[in-house]
Amino acid sequence: MSDLLLPLPILIAFATAILAFFFRSGPEGRWISVAGSVAMLIAAAMLLSQVLTDGIQVAQMGTWAAPFGITLVADTLSAVMVVITGITGLAVAVYATADISPEMEESGYHALFQVLIAGVSGAFLTGDLFNLYVWFEVMLIASFGLLVLGGRRVQMDAGIKYVTLNLISTIMFLSGIGLLYGVTGTLNMADLHQKVQAADPGLVTVIATLFLVGFGIKSAVFPLFFWLPAAYHTPAFSVSAVFAGLLTKVGVYAMMRMFTLVFTQDIGWTHGLMLWVAVATMITGVLGAAAQTDFRRILSFHIVSQIGYMVLGLALLTPLALMGAVFYLVHHIIVKANLFLVSGVANRIAGSTEIDHIGGLYRGAPLLAFLFLVPAFSLAGFPPLSGFWAKYVLVKASLDLELWLVAAAALAVGLMTIYSMTKIWGRAFWKPHPGGTVPSLGSLSASERFFLLSPIAGLAILTVVIGLFPEPFVQVATRAAEELLDPSAYVTAVLGAPVTEVAE
Amino acid sequence: MTSLIVRAATRLLVGLLLLFSIWMLLRGHNEPGGGFIGGLIGATGFILYAVAHGSKAAREALRLDPRSIAVGGLGLALLAGVAGFLPGDGLFAGQWLFIGATETDKGTPLSTILLFDLGVYLVVLGSVLALVFALEEEV
Repeated sequence: MSDLLLPLPILIAFATAILAFFFRSGPEGRWISVAGSVAMLIAAAMLLSQVLTDGIQVAQMGTWAAPFGITLVADTLSAVMVVITGITGLAVAVYATADISPEMEESGYHALFQVLIAGVSGAFLTGDLFNLYVWFEVMLIASFGLLVLGGRRVQMDAGIKYVTLNLISTIMFLSGIGLLYGVTGTLNMADLHQKVQAADPGLVTVIATLFLVGFGIKSAVFPLFFWLPAAYHTPAFSVSAVFAGLLTKVGVYAMMRMFTLVFTQDIGWTHGLMLWVAVATMITGVLGAAAQTDFRRILSFHIVSQIGYMVLGLALLTPLALMGAVFYLVHHIIVKANLFLVSGVANRIAGSTEIDHIGGLYRGAPLLAFLFLVPAFSLAGFPPLSGFWAKYVLVKASLDLELWLVAAAALAVGLMTIYSMTKIWGRAFWKPHPGGTVPSLGSLSASERFFLLSPIAGLAILTVVIGLFPEPFVQVATRAAEELLDPSAYVTAVLGAPVTEVAE
Repeated sequence: MTSLIVRAATRLLVGLLLLFSIWMLLRGHNEPGGGFIGGLIGATGFILYAVAHGSKAAREALRLDPRSIAVGGLGLALLAGVAGFLPGDGLFAGQWLFIGATETDKGTPLSTILLFDLGVYLVVLGSVLALVFALEEEV
């Protein structure tokens, strides 16, 4: 059963992409995309429930046994990430029905979007290092297409920066893979876990640093984050929402996977480096945001700052900290995608994302103001929203290790986040519109209102639910963290029981 | 616009490149080669044609929209993968058909693996050409 269930989310997304492409010139394409997203979410939820009841699921593609073929593995973390991908994908697919122009649909927006979702799910599910690289490339090609769709000059500019810097990242990653293969002779992650123990530790640490830089560019950590705020404010709003929610988090996920499963020889160096990178990322991100006046650019810099929290959880490497990182990952995807969707509606009714050029949204569209306030407060870490628990756990984990400075930085960055959110709130929502008009949701047609606002409301409800009833989510995150810290179950699931190899 | 030399050389090279790409595709089953590299070489042929005669002429020579080729190839590869599942094997498991096989001779072996490789070939050919034509026509 798991042989089919594991690749199913990826297959559904690819099949949807093909169908959506052939129906791209009519309205059918967007509904195919929505239906495919629903199916993909259902498949992902089934996978998660199976992982939660039966433990880690493994599927060997083409019936080649591990470590020779490509293995798909779903542990709790992978399954949770695929479900979150499904949720974000569905929300954005619904939003896109009202946001994407027919010209962009004609150029194949929905197909590219579904290929991106397939790439993200594949990256979360694979248990093979080279396969992970392939999924990264699938994501890169699809996201480049989405980024330049529409063909405005700023988009081209952003697209070139984005692709160039991401190519550097994949080259680092690929060289790391090559070296690791040369040292160990395998690319299966579970097999790598065993083989690197015997390898020269100095060499492995060098390779680990190469991976750290490669994934660091992908996940936009200090000092490698420049491509992100340069690119994320240019494409269509649906596109930037899915980018903001998912893309950088794949880098963080890959880091979490590799630096708990494979690279744990020299924790003092790799994770110590990560700790200071995390702190610097949090601080630079939030300071960068303070200097911006564009809705989406502020949010982009906040992605950078929030990535710091997740890397922090990984760097501390205690059960509590990893649990916090996993919880943060889930919370952040929901909240950040939601904020970008809100910025899209604000742009539609007020005419710009430059917060000095708009205003009066609170007066004209109180519903939108409320829907902004929920994710914004959640991002800043107000109780009782999901962001509060995420930050609380991470601060507690750093205090437990008596890292006072790190905890202080995490708290101060939270405070600065409130400052940025208040800036958007004050200038875009409270201040009267400089053009003298009062932007109102009434300027949208009834169907547009429904399809733009229902995904925003859905994601906002989700963050409130996580905030009010954190217990089940914390339990799942704890389980994911335990599996990460003790990879023996993962290795056994992929390679079979740990017996010494005997030739039959 | 372009020189006579380029246009004359293109006439020879395009056919050669396309043939070479198919040879690469078929060779890839057991030796270095395969759909990915074959698709790239095939795309080079059409790109050369576009350089010599303009991307409009290259599009006409291709007859189909390169994006449709890419998506069609994706569908083909996906079908080949799912086909492995139907007889009860795992997804992407190769299925074989030996035409005219006897005791000593395997006959003509056909497999879903070749179908998958062909899909990859078309995906690479289509997406590379879609990208290059788009860049060519931008200016």
